[in-house]
Amino acid sequence: MSVRFRPSDTVDFVVIGSGAAGGVVAKELSSAGLRVVVLEQGPHLREKDFTHDEIKFFHRGVLVNDLKRQPNTFRKTEAEKAVRQPAVMYGRQVGGGTVHFTANFWRLHEVDFEERTRWGSVPGASLDDWPIRYAELEPYYTKVEQEFGVSGLAGASPFDPPRSQPYPLPPLPVKSGGVLFERAARKLGLHPYPAPMAILSKPYRGRGACTQCGYCKHFGCEVRAKSSSLASVIPMAERTGRCEIRAESYVRKIEVNAQGRVTGAVYFDSRGKEVFQKARAVVVCANGAETPRLLLLSKSSRFPNGLANSNGVAGKYFLADTGIEAHGLFEHPLNDYKGVHVSRLIHDYYDSDAKRGFFGGGGIDARFDWYPINFALDGLPKDVPRWGEGFKSALARYFTRSMTLLAHTSCLSVESNSISLDPELKDSWGLPALRLTFKNHPDDLNVQRFLRDRMVEILEAAGAQKIWADDAEDLVYTGHLMGSCRMGNDPRTSVVNGNHRAHDVPNLFLVDGSSFVTSGRQQPTCTIAALAYRAAEFMVQASRKGEV
Amino acid sequence: MNSTSRRRFLEVALAAQAAEIAVAHQHARTAASSRTPVLVMLGAAEARELEALASQIIPSASSPGAREAGVIYFIDKALETFDREKREAYRRGLEAAQVKRRELFPASESIAALDGGQHIALLRAIESTEFFGLLRTHTVMGFLGNPEYGGNRDLIGWKLIGFEDAARFEPPFGYYDREERR
Repeated sequence: MSVRFRPSDTVDFVVIGSGAAGGVVAKELSSAGLRVVVLEQGPHLREKDFTHDEIKFFHRGVLVNDLKRQPNTFRKTEAEKAVRQPAVMYGRQVGGGTVHFTANFWRLHEVDFEERTRWGSVPGASLDDWPIRYAELEPYYTKVEQEFGVSGLAGASPFDPPRSQPYPLPPLPVKSGGVLFERAARKLGLHPYPAPMAILSKPYRGRGACTQCGYCKHFGCEVRAKSSSLASVIPMAERTGRCEIRAESYVRKIEVNAQGRVTGAVYFDSRGKEVFQKARAVVVCANGAETPRLLLLSKSSRFPNGLANSNGVAGKYFLADTGIEAHGLFEHPLNDYKGVHVSRLIHDYYDSDAKRGFFGGGGIDARFDWYPINFALDGLPKDVPRWGEGFKSALARYFTRSMTLLAHTSCLSVESNSISLDPELKDSWGLPALRLTFKNHPDDLNVQRFLRDRMVEILEAAGAQKIWADDAEDLVYTGHLMGSCRMGNDPRTSVVNGNHRAHDVPNLFLVDGSSFVTSGRQQPTCTIAALAYRAAEFMVQASRKGEV
Repeated sequence: MNSTSRRRFLEVALAAQAAEIAVAHQHARTAASSRTPVLVMLGAAEARELEALASQIIPSASSPGAREAGVIYFIDKALETFDREKREAYRRGLEAAQVKRRELFPASESIAALDGGQHIALLRAIESTEFFGLLRTHTVMGFLGNPEYGGNRDLIGWKLIGFEDAARFEPPFGYYDREERR
């Protein structure tokens, strides 16, 4: 059914990556009549590949980047030599991270786009406004919710930003953890509401409703109820007959000509053979870690510091997935391992508040995203014995009676937090390994401590028999990869403009988490997809005017 | 590292190829189809010693534990397939545990032959070693992982913790959401 192009065919666009951004861009461009090749480093999996197997999908991590073949290095500061260890996680298959994600699907708030203006500067950070505002993105958020399929209740949270349409699907069933959380939060004067989830509560556009099997995070959905780009927009792109999804194609370089325009991408195919796909324009949607890495790998005489990096900003201002957890044990079984992971949420502490004495905020959700093995290994409180009868009896008591609260928190933009190329370590294809340099801004940890205390209050109000919580510590390993090729009006301090066009290269676009200027309060996927719809619309218009 | 990032670290720290998993599955199904599971990697004596240690991690006194769940067969399959590179760690770890056993109980002949109190003393002496961490991880995986991998026999592990693997569940799921519907 789907079209095949030859590498020597000059297609209109090569799209690198097929996740929340790449899938949308491919669908939009091909629907507008343009010819598209999507290069995806991972495999093209189908529903039959998605089984309930914790060892395979969770502990062996087959849906994420393979750190044996693609090692990372990490250091806290630029003065240190980085050491080999896991640093970033991203989805590695057609559909990218939307295949294995939890499916929390929050819009950003209006304030997220203008925190610098509203809050002022933060010492030690590079807090900036976005070049666009919420109102400009709202129609695209609506489009994401309609095309992907999102379950939620419009107007249920007083903190929600304005929306032009309700969610296309009603909320998913509340779980026991959600009930306990909701009762406690109301008692404390907070505003709990049904979590918006990119999971179908009812059949929608030819896809089946969620069966509540409980295998979401780290698993692919075998009934296509999870609204991944694999289940939603990718098939729409393929049906246009103008989009080829070329899986197992690992791009190593974007080529440029003497005029400084990109001409296509060089990739390793599944057998390790190098192929050059020609294109009139390139869109990089490879995620907030691999997008800057690919620019830095694409050095040329024209761009000796890496493609689109004349100002040295590519890879800098990296934003990470910050958050903190607290857990409670209750008298009766919750059985919260059944159903989607998250059913209730609060955004009462989303905005920064000067009275707290630091920048930042977060959203708190009630969840159970544990599976039997990882709960036994890492889900019990520290005072439970690690072996013996005490360990065994705790497993029997805690697994069905526990819940987790997770505060998803702001991560401040810091110039030295960056993605770069490791000078020594190589991946299995001989390319320089990805190096992460990262140290949290002190306010990242201040907001975590603040919200940990709020979560403990909520668990107390919920009547938990026992409560245990994390310590706020510097992050060393992260998903939600953002900020590393940020958008902006000033070509000196950003990599792409407000339309995701590279300042340096007119026919190169970067669209994914790397475009973010601030972290929001995590849950970037909905915004990544909305940015992609907006960027693709610009690309189509520019293309029609001959301006790409 | 906070526990959120530690979890994520664990989630991928042992990344392996999908193909290897497929081999493990195939092997486990073949083994499961025969009535008596067979050890491939581990010798009988070695398996007895490892099983004695695993049975201290999840004991069988109050209800079926690691031994009845067939954890040792999971370990055997893991070392044959996706955790091949851990064989050496097992060999050296067990050797060190034997040294510790002879040091604590010079008259003893094997770990399996120790009595209850001696077992606990030996475990306390090795519980902070890397080998113990590996054996604990594998014991938990063999107890609570899918039965195709050779462990969790008769779903002993899942029954203990109250977990059920199903294609579909209907709400209410637990006590409190049921209460809310009344």
